[in-house]
Amino acid sequence: MSTAIELIGITKRFPGVIANDNINFSVEEGEIHAICGENGAGKSTLMKILYGMQPADEGVMKVNGVEVDFSSPTDAIAAGIGMVHQHFMLADQFSVIENVILGSEPTTVGGILDFDTAKTHLAEVGDAYGLTIDPDDFVSELEVGERQRVEIIKVLYRGANILILDEPTAVLVPQEVEALFDNLRELKAAGSTIIFIDHKLQEVLEISDRITIIRRGKSITTVNAADVTAGDLAELMVGEELPSPETTESTVTDVVALEVQNITVLDEYGRPVVHDVSFKIHQGEVLGIAGIEGNGQGELVDAIVGMERPLSGSVYLGGLDVSLKSVRQRRDEGFGYVPKDRHEAGLLLVAPLWENAALGHQTKPPFAKGWWIDRKGSHQRTDEIRERFDVRSPNADVAAHALSGGNQQKLIIGRELIGDPKVIILAHPTRGIDVGAQAAVWNEIRSARAAGQASLLISADLDELIGLSDRIVVMFHGKLVAELDPAEITPRLLGSYMTGAALQGGAQ
Amino acid sequence: MSFTQFQKLPAYYRWPILAFVGIVVLALVQELTGQGLLTSTTTIQTALKWAMPILIAGLGGLLSERCGVVNIGLEGMMILGTWFGAWGTLQFGSPWWGLFFGILGGAMGGLLHAIATVGFGVDHIVSGVAINILAPGTARYLSDRVFAQMDGGSISQSPRVESLGGFTWPVLAKGPDLFGRVERLDWFIVSDVFGVLRGLLFQMSYLTAIGLALVPISAFLLTKTRFGLRLRIAGENPLAGESLGINIYRQKFIGVIISGGLAGMAGSLIVLDLAQLYRQNQTTGRGFIALAALIFGNWKASGVLAGAVLFGYPFGLSLRDLEGTATRSLLLVIAIALVVVMVWAFTKQNIADGILAGTVAVGSLLFFLFTNTAPSWLPGTMPYVLVLLVLVFASQRLRMPAAVGLPYRKGGS
Amino acid sequence: MNTSWTRRLVLALAAPVSAFVFAFLLSSIVLILSSYNPIAAYSEMINNAVKLESIIDMLNEATPLYISGVAAAIGFRMNLFNIGVEGQYQLAAFAAAVIGAKVVLPNGLHMLFVMGVAMIVGGLYSGLAGLLKVTRGVNEVISTIMLNSVATLGIIAGLFPRFLEEKADGAVGLGTTPLAETAWIPNLNGVVQIFTRDIVKGRKLTGILVVAIVVGILYHLFINRSRLGFDVRATGMNPLAAKVGGVPSKKMILLAMGLSGVVAGLVGLPDLLSKSHSYDQGFTKLRGFAGIAVALLGRNHPGGMVGAALLFAFLNTSSGVLQISKTASSEIVTIMQGIILLAAVVAYQMVAQVRQREEIKAASEATGANA
Repeated sequence: MSTAIELIGITKRFPGVIANDNINFSVEEGEIHAICGENGAGKSTLMKILYGMQPADEGVMKVNGVEVDFSSPTDAIAAGIGMVHQHFMLADQFSVIENVILGSEPTTVGGILDFDTAKTHLAEVGDAYGLTIDPDDFVSELEVGERQRVEIIKVLYRGANILILDEPTAVLVPQEVEALFDNLRELKAAGSTIIFIDHKLQEVLEISDRITIIRRGKSITTVNAADVTAGDLAELMVGEELPSPETTESTVTDVVALEVQNITVLDEYGRPVVHDVSFKIHQGEVLGIAGIEGNGQGELVDAIVGMERPLSGSVYLGGLDVSLKSVRQRRDEGFGYVPKDRHEAGLLLVAPLWENAALGHQTKPPFAKGWWIDRKGSHQRTDEIRERFDVRSPNADVAAHALSGGNQQKLIIGRELIGDPKVIILAHPTRGIDVGAQAAVWNEIRSARAAGQASLLISADLDELIGLSDRIVVMFHGKLVAELDPAEITPRLLGSYMTGAALQGGAQ
Repeated sequence: MSFTQFQKLPAYYRWPILAFVGIVVLALVQELTGQGLLTSTTTIQTALKWAMPILIAGLGGLLSERCGVVNIGLEGMMILGTWFGAWGTLQFGSPWWGLFFGILGGAMGGLLHAIATVGFGVDHIVSGVAINILAPGTARYLSDRVFAQMDGGSISQSPRVESLGGFTWPVLAKGPDLFGRVERLDWFIVSDVFGVLRGLLFQMSYLTAIGLALVPISAFLLTKTRFGLRLRIAGENPLAGESLGINIYRQKFIGVIISGGLAGMAGSLIVLDLAQLYRQNQTTGRGFIALAALIFGNWKASGVLAGAVLFGYPFGLSLRDLEGTATRSLLLVIAIALVVVMVWAFTKQNIADGILAGTVAVGSLLFFLFTNTAPSWLPGTMPYVLVLLVLVFASQRLRMPAAVGLPYRKGGS
Repeated sequence: MNTSWTRRLVLALAAPVSAFVFAFLLSSIVLILSSYNPIAAYSEMINNAVKLESIIDMLNEATPLYISGVAAAIGFRMNLFNIGVEGQYQLAAFAAAVIGAKVVLPNGLHMLFVMGVAMIVGGLYSGLAGLLKVTRGVNEVISTIMLNSVATLGIIAGLFPRFLEEKADGAVGLGTTPLAETAWIPNLNGVVQIFTRDIVKGRKLTGILVVAIVVGILYHLFINRSRLGFDVRATGMNPLAAKVGGVPSKKMILLAMGLSGVVAGLVGLPDLLSKSHSYDQGFTKLRGFAGIAVALLGRNHPGGMVGAALLFAFLNTSSGVLQISKTASSEIVTIMQGIILLAAVVAYQMVAQVRQREEIKAASEATGANA
């Protein structure tokens, strides 16, 4: 077998961050090669470099033994590389065939699209790899799995023999994952090389031939999938120095801080995305919600904090019915909320830190005096947050976008915790931040718990979930399907609950 | 046929059916009120002439918004079109030159908008507003330098320019004049339909013909060609296009420049077809109406035509309708349309919409009943009120290009 | 610390200054191409501008422009494009002229009454666009443009003939019945003359200037110091983060549109309270669109808009002297305004990008950390 792709010393820097630091590995022709690493390890940046979307600062890249220098995806496509992005690159209002041919359209005279030729070719590709799809369907009408199939067909249509798939299973339900893996095996049988990016160890072990581990921007090693266990991989991924979250003795009281009763939320098509969910959290307790993203966690949180009105159900905060109250009223009653995407929903990126610290608390001292913003009080409180939560920043007047992701996150955590809320809702509190900041955030969650606050923790990081929670509930297809004791559960078992496998198997 | 089935029909079936229904309603109202003007040939001709600038500028807006750039600078680009249309005609002695320079003038405005929004990432509305301020100033300055030096010209007006002229379709509208014969038979509805059709074909100006031809051409361009596909991806999901190696900047630049060119064409049409001279403020906000027609038409070429006719018709009618009685009967048409909306809303369990539509329908009807002639301001205001009504009842149903108005940077950063 | 302060000042001024220089050069080229001497034209403009009477003209011109700029800016701060200031202020002035002429009130109170009517009408009319957005999802750019035409071509054009002044001899006037003197705002000539020579040539500095200054101060306090203003700005910067932070987005849209219209209502007052005292054929139009330009050029900043309004007013008042002296076509000033505006928005965009890069660099240097 010859080498399909070889990377030598690839390095990529962003302001204040080294995303890729001297990455080396090679992919053999016809293998399924997994790139494995935690969120923020630098996998996506590496793939963007491979696909010509971003240039590397240093290093050499060889495709089929030939040194290449991609300046745009066009070059990568020409070299036979295709990419299936994590966020689908599809136009919803285009038909399947339009999406597929875009950029390499067959035309007749005068640039008129030749749909007949395109459809014939599409059918050929589909037959060759066992991928079927109706070319005239609009993407907006397709299921997630079908959309992914369109993405793969798009790549194959261009004659790519090296496929990069960026976290392809993140959005899929288990059956769809199986179907995807079947497709990948067929592609491999037909001679394609596949690079598969993921951090779900079971999946990686199941599908890949070899695995390259990336940790904090560095390539650590490449191993044969047959020779390692999930435990080995996990150790390689996180390294030794990573502190694992662990709560000490229980601080759970029997005073209910948050009670959610029978919440049902409908999506825009009128189908329940959250289905009759009820739970209680006590003072001093952390309740973890496990689940693959898109199983209704986001909608549940929106309903609890008051962003959206649920179809039915009630929320009680310390015994007080807040179901009809606004987000502001709920915050004033003692809600803290760390949203899952700090750029999208957490920060005013162009505003100074002190205004960001005030956001959500602008109605109360020390941020406000009556109808007015208290600039002095706000600055003092911001400095307090910066110091106590170790937000590394020159001063409180610097704009939020100037901070690194970890420091931005610490600012948000500090903003939400410093007012001593009764209940704090944490959605992916350590997503995409560095190890040091992660440990700091965990410490804060623990001390809030010790201080008697109730926390609702939603995370895709199962170690975090198991390590911090007093109880874990599993959310699957909008329902709470299991309640588990973190002391007795492993990530693997938890994973099988999240995919619904354990339920079908009849466990518990 | 149910409504959803109807919605699934291709545009080239859907719009003729809607147009037919529209004419039938007009004809009915004509019978009810004894108003001969509503569907007469001359009315239709004038209405069409007035619809043309809106149509062509609206198609300009279509190309721009389909590639993701909001173009409220259409108005300014139209103004450039009016000035350069007149200047080209006077300078080179032929209205065809005027048309050429009008298009060029508008395209320069489009280029400016593209540089600001696509090149520098300036907010689309901000840039459009700036162009709408720059364009009339430029036109006035140029008039002062050029037209004011000419006989019959001034700082606010050019000398008269030659019209582009037109032609009558043989057989159908002259000679045997088949359509005219049917119209004169005075068969209920049938005659009305043929009256409308003959109005379209009789002494049709070249620009009207071009404008009407542009509707299928732009629809074809957008949906059936490589150029159109790549243009549309820039407005739907530019990152997806970029990931397949398409130069999004290029698509946007081309789209916005063509958009400006069409707006310029619309402007020169006002000069060459309607007024036969350049006059300051000649566009009277039609660039904005064109945008409204675009929204009304749900970002489709055929829809823009429908919007343009809808907004041009009251103007055209009012010019023919000196007593204002025919324009008044349009209130009845609106009331009927709103009753349809109301019934439809109620069947969809949409009580709020139904009550709202019913209330406005009653208002319109009362206005109709308690006036004898339409006040002079009614035809001028009607298009704007119509747009608002359409937006109020259909905003949620309309679907604009997914990435329109959003800033685009290569690499997604 | 000091150097970073000067850097910030340089960055803040870089955009408007470079836009001005660019416009200056481009206008010079235009003038040369049309065989004028740009230096002669500019010196004529400047010589004129330093005369006391010209300054009065400039201030009178700048006053409504500034108010109009503030009206637009209130929306802009929330990413709401109130293109409808034009229709709002004309409708407000028309209503205030008609209603104000029908009431009898004591001196001063009458003036405040007229102001109040104008503000309420302006606020209600722009609030309508806000209501359409909140309840029906109608984009405010289109709805305000449509409402502009409905106001000017429809409501005013329809009602104006009914409210024409009936003169004592039975003839009909060209405008609405003039307001009684009790509603006039005193001019500020007396105040100016304390510091300077007498103002001649019949120039009167409008008392609305005081209103504009108050509006500017209130705008500053509201947007930069008040809790509501914070909510407005937060929504403008990141609507979702603001909503997470408890800002009620629908209420904020109604508030911002309403306030924008309330201020817009004041734009037509110089005509009503200190010029013609009625709504007539000569009523000054197009200030709404000019106000948008002022807001864009002044970056919605209460001080920046003062500069922008004065610059536009300077150019407007210069056109007359260019006409008379024949040093250039007077219309060059409108071109200059357009170029300055377009160049400025481009320059602001570029400076914002530079600043963002600098801030990231500065922050990572200051903390010495990476992540």
